[in-house]
Amino acid sequence: MTTQSKASKGMGGTYIVFGAILAIAIVQVVVAVMVGPSLARMLILAAIQAYMAVMFFMHLRDEKPSLRLALIPGTIFVLVMMNMIWADSFRLIHLRPFPK
Amino acid sequence: MSTAKVSEASLTMEHGAGVMEERPFAIPSSKLVMWLFIISDACTFGAVLFAYGYIRNSAADWPLVFERASIWNSLLMTFILVSTSLTVLLAVRAAYAEERQSAFRWTMITALGGLLFTVLHIREWMSLIGQGARLFQNPWGAPMFGATFFAITGLHMAHVMGGVIALIVVGSGYRAERYAARHLEIWALYWHFVDLVWMFVVPLIYLLNMKR
Repeated sequence: MTTQSKASKGMGGTYIVFGAILAIAIVQVVVAVMVGPSLARMLILAAIQAYMAVMFFMHLRDEKPSLRLALIPGTIFVLVMMNMIWADSFRLIHLRPFPK
Repeated sequence: MSTAKVSEASLTMEHGAGVMEERPFAIPSSKLVMWLFIISDACTFGAVLFAYGYIRNSAADWPLVFERASIWNSLLMTFILVSTSLTVLLAVRAAYAEERQSAFRWTMITALGGLLFTVLHIREWMSLIGQGARLFQNPWGAPMFGATFFAITGLHMAHVMGGVIALIVVGSGYRAERYAARHLEIWALYWHFVDLVWMFVVPLIYLLNMKR
């Protein structure tokens, strides 16, 4: 289903997603202030927000499954692989510190 | 023989869609191109955020500079950006319903939201610059703080401004009947992506560097 056919549907679900994304943004701040901003907690909440934005705002959930398969695993793979090269940069920073 | 050739040629010309290959993923090519651009841009932002993560971890004296006021400001910016995702959806919906004036109005509201977001962001920048933050020096600690903060938020702000310009151009073009609803939809996809990136920038840049 494309956005064209989606556009003819009601917007009720979209308003719920909008509210949920904003609610998570508030929860993120509250958690950061009250409990402390742990990287894992922050990333999990951001990933939930991003999932909702991609699936409902960008309507990826209404597209053919083959498009989802073509886009999502490849992106995650590239991002994870990037982590490998940055580890080497981390080593280089320790060998040659930046001037103060 | 020649008759057969003519009919084949006319078949290709008149009913091209029938004999041509199916669209990949059943979406227009322009939309697929935008998706591919979004994927490559996601990798760009991923790269700078990973770089920031490693630089931050390698510095023993990474500064935690953001006061409560900055955190509330970032929350307000999130509210504005997520709201513009909703208004751009309303613009696309109106465009497919052939309500040109309404689609134009929602598109301009979205662009206005983007401008407001940029103004708030520049205010945040000016506040940090006023406190002494520069690209490679600051009064608080690790000198790379400014480089990572200004690079990541600057890259995002450039995307927002690019989106604002694109929305104004496409929105005006749609009202003048130069563009179709699908063009607006494609730029709405881009706008949602800008919103999505911000969802990672806030926790990683602002919340992790909050004063405790």
